[in-house]
Amino acid sequence: MKRQVPLFITFFVGTLLILSVFIPPMENLGENFTLFFDIIAVFAFFLGGGNLLRVHFKKLSKKKRDWQYSIVTICGFFFMLAAGLFKIGNPGDIASSVTAEGSLFQTIYTNMFVPLGSTMYALLGFFVASASYRAFRAKNREATILLIAAFIILLGRTPFGTMLTVWIPDSMSIAQIPNLAIWIMNSFNLAGQRAILIGIGLGVVSMSLRLILGVERTYLGDDSA
Amino acid sequence: MEHFALWLAAFLTLGIISFLYKDNPWYKLSEAIFVGVSAGYWVVILFWDNFYGKFWLNKGDDPTLWVGAILGLLMILRLAPKIGWISRWPLAFIVGATGGLWLMNYFSSNIMVQVQATILPLFSTGFGTGFDASFGQIIGNLVIFVGTFTGLVYFFFSKEHTGAFGKTARVGIFFIMITFGASFGYTVMSRMSLLIGRIDFLLGDWLGLIK
Repeated sequence: MKRQVPLFITFFVGTLLILSVFIPPMENLGENFTLFFDIIAVFAFFLGGGNLLRVHFKKLSKKKRDWQYSIVTICGFFFMLAAGLFKIGNPGDIASSVTAEGSLFQTIYTNMFVPLGSTMYALLGFFVASASYRAFRAKNREATILLIAAFIILLGRTPFGTMLTVWIPDSMSIAQIPNLAIWIMNSFNLAGQRAILIGIGLGVVSMSLRLILGVERTYLGDDSA
Repeated sequence: MEHFALWLAAFLTLGIISFLYKDNPWYKLSEAIFVGVSAGYWVVILFWDNFYGKFWLNKGDDPTLWVGAILGLLMILRLAPKIGWISRWPLAFIVGATGGLWLMNYFSSNIMVQVQATILPLFSTGFGTGFDASFGQIIGNLVIFVGTFTGLVYFFFSKEHTGAFGKTARVGIFFIMITFGASFGYTVMSRMSLLIGRIDFLLGDWLGLIK
């Protein structure tokens, strides 16, 4: 019961969706199932929110290291939840959009969520630069090729790259760094991307078959759950 | 209110940037706020868009939507230790449906379309147009064909990479390396543009040094 029912559901739903592609009256089944995903996702996110609270309340109650920041996380979570679920400060009534301009939810989004998120990602620029300094030393032929390609693409997208090779005559325009970058993107990069995409496609097809046929069962976890 | 919001955004931006110096309480505070606010944000968005918009408003017209809601409720049972195993049913539904959808979609978009796009005339601009391609186009076509083929050979691990097969795979590695280099270059550029955006905010919107 604990394993057979989920395996049957996976097999039945997967097979049904594959068949739906070939049977015209069933062709909308994929869209319907995608809608179910969206509804299930809400509950999954509630579960995720609950788990976040559980972890931080546990940290708080046991006074673990940096427990004070858990209070901030919990307050931030409830603050955002209240602002959005009760539509505090919304210019319209309850039927208006939660992201309406002027609402508390949108204000928090613009002045807290966006700055924090984009700065966090921007910070990765420094770490990528520092990691690449260590990883990109031209130790062998492959690393040298990677380094040269990255360098040309980086230069090709900046005004400095244009400035460096602006003196090259139009008859040799391919040697100008911006054009070289475009050529690399449209030929070498495209070829590599295609090989990777076809590889991913074959991987997804084989993994899907393994899941539907019940060969791959790791998603069920162990029986103690 | 507007001024407070601006100062708050600047405070949080600088808090995250302060990590470049070292892990510090300012960064930890900003990080804790980010975790809480972003979790709350996604719960709210999904609640209004998916639960209210897609389920609650349409449940009368389309009773099949209850299937999604019931499966979602079953997922919550994970919190009950004794009957937590029932939460595998919605998981099995998601896995099965994703498998069925992706099998067909990936086969079509990642395999068939990409193979079709690679099998092109090498010396002409289209089928039946004769030898009308320029030297640059011919080189480009050859690069795409050779690169895709050798790249695929490199990803074929069921045969040992020795002899002619190994040499072909080696050519494939070079193409893959160029692809990784190009992707890396793009990633760095996107991160840098985000950083420029934040610096622009700090020096322009906040301090007013850039007009």
